[in-house]
Amino acid sequence: MLRLIVRRILETIPVLVLVATITFFMMKAVPGGPLDTEKNIPQEIKVQIEAFYGLDQPLWKQYASYMGNLLRGDLGPSFKHANRSVNELIAAALPVSLELGGIALCVALLVGIPLGIAAAVRQNTWIDYLASTTAMAGICLPTFVMGPLLVLVFALHFEHFNASGWDFPRDRVLPALTLGLVYAGYIARLTRGGMLEVLNQDFIRTARAKGASETRVVFRHALRGGLLPVVSFLGPGIAGILTGSFVIETIFNIPGLGRHFVTSVFNRDATLTIGTALFYAALVVALNLAADIAQAMLNPKQRAN
Amino acid sequence: MALLEVDDLRTSFHTRNGVVRAVDGVSFCIDRGETLGIVGESGSGKSVTCLSLLGLVPQPPGRIEGAGAVLEGIDLLRCPQEVLRGIRGRRVAMIFQDPMTSLNPYMTIEEQLMEPLLIHEKIDRAAAARMALQALQEVGVPEAEQRIRSYPHQFSGGMRQRVMIAMALIGKPDLLIADEPTTALDVTVQAQILDLIAQQQRQRGVAVIFISHDLSVVAGFCDRVMVMYAGRVVETADTRAVFREPKHPYTRALQRSRPAMQAKGAELYVIPGLPPDLSRPVPGCAFAPRCEFAVADCSRTEMQLQDVGAGQASACLRVQRGELTLQ
Repeated sequence: MLRLIVRRILETIPVLVLVATITFFMMKAVPGGPLDTEKNIPQEIKVQIEAFYGLDQPLWKQYASYMGNLLRGDLGPSFKHANRSVNELIAAALPVSLELGGIALCVALLVGIPLGIAAAVRQNTWIDYLASTTAMAGICLPTFVMGPLLVLVFALHFEHFNASGWDFPRDRVLPALTLGLVYAGYIARLTRGGMLEVLNQDFIRTARAKGASETRVVFRHALRGGLLPVVSFLGPGIAGILTGSFVIETIFNIPGLGRHFVTSVFNRDATLTIGTALFYAALVVALNLAADIAQAMLNPKQRAN
Repeated sequence: MALLEVDDLRTSFHTRNGVVRAVDGVSFCIDRGETLGIVGESGSGKSVTCLSLLGLVPQPPGRIEGAGAVLEGIDLLRCPQEVLRGIRGRRVAMIFQDPMTSLNPYMTIEEQLMEPLLIHEKIDRAAAARMALQALQEVGVPEAEQRIRSYPHQFSGGMRQRVMIAMALIGKPDLLIADEPTTALDVTVQAQILDLIAQQQRQRGVAVIFISHDLSVVAGFCDRVMVMYAGRVVETADTRAVFREPKHPYTRALQRSRPAMQAKGAELYVIPGLPPDLSRPVPGCAFAPRCEFAVADCSRTEMQLQDVGAGQASACLRVQRGELTLQ
């Protein structure tokens, strides 16, 4: 097991190098530069700035020095945010995204799994139809519809919450719901599918023949196998939920990581783009590994391999 | 008094293509310690009969009806769910056909063995674990102390079926239903498992309903045989009588189909035709279209199981009329 984990961690190194390289050259290939939006910079100042950031160097030299810094864990200075390094920008935005994502993840699991179980246990009854429709609606409604809708009802009509901002604890509720309900929909569907598959297997009949109650059948015999699809989804899923969402951060005006993803590209802030992409890639790889380990814990057959 | 008395059991499945009468008026009884074999082709209703008794037929689409299935005063067809649940695994236990899929792959053998005790008895986990180990040793699993903590996929098919047997017997049931327990196993392992069931039965005096499509397996094992065709009982008799003097053409055809009964090199005997579609009941005897002795009356007269002497009952009209003697 330990050897497997070490091997998997070593395997991530080429992945990250590849992500850094591709993003680096893509950003260089995009027309325009970080200074384009500034008005009328005198030529000598522009030259100075470019020299300061090393943008006057040949491409291979820029690449080599970037990768060299990366080795030391330095993601470089931001081209757009004066005097701030990419490390600092990520470090400032990450806690916000983690908090939002963490709450949203809890919402997703606490809504999605029970909904999926209920739908599977009462398959083809109105409970199933209601749960499945709700889940489908959660998946289909885009966040830019769900978010404003929640704001309209709970902030503007009932005035329970602020329409935007990230200042008070209760400011977390609406964005976390918006983000979490989408994932709750996916999780409910995966739970339902997984549970249905397990509930139709022979060993469930064996459990019933032993006199197990319906609760025991569902939670002790079926749930472990039924949640396997959810666990494999949660690997990339958690990465997505934790790194925030540009749309939700924009709707609710939240200083999270998702904004940097998008705005850095518009700003031609190459170091920030590569930094966020790398960070996301690392998180996806790490969480996929975690999902694999969790799956092995749930499934004894896989543990042996 | 019989341990279990089943009267006119009827189980049907309501599907999109109509009502499938999987079990159509089956009656039988079994005494304490007795072994009853139920024989028939796939789809003849033998498994569904037993699953119905324990309420293990999914409802819907299934529907279980009948005059009664009385286990020492408790009607299994009409008692509340909780009562039936208390009977499953404690008074009536079941072994299934495929040991590869009938054990939970996510739970250790120990957990699964302990479960009937934890469900039905007031017992702490330590005591249940001791009994689980003992049960596993009794069914002949080597190195039971270590292996009890492993998972089903670490066991071979035969060993898994031993686990199933241990699990079924751990609650000391009065009746064990074995649904083709050896069908999925190698021939050598089959004999071991049969021996094991027979030995456990002798030791505990448990009654066994043994479902099989294999007459020769039933012959060596059961006191009485009940032959089913198309959801109905066509013949019941003592095992020896069935072999010496079958009283229904279907029983005789089943016997003749055994490869061991045929001369080397001879073409294997097969019953012509296919079992009937149970969603379209045919008038008269369901076996008539495939029966070499059938006459016009067979498809006109309702089939009825009748005593034909020497404790033997047959549903064959011509046997009942004394027109037909089979051997």
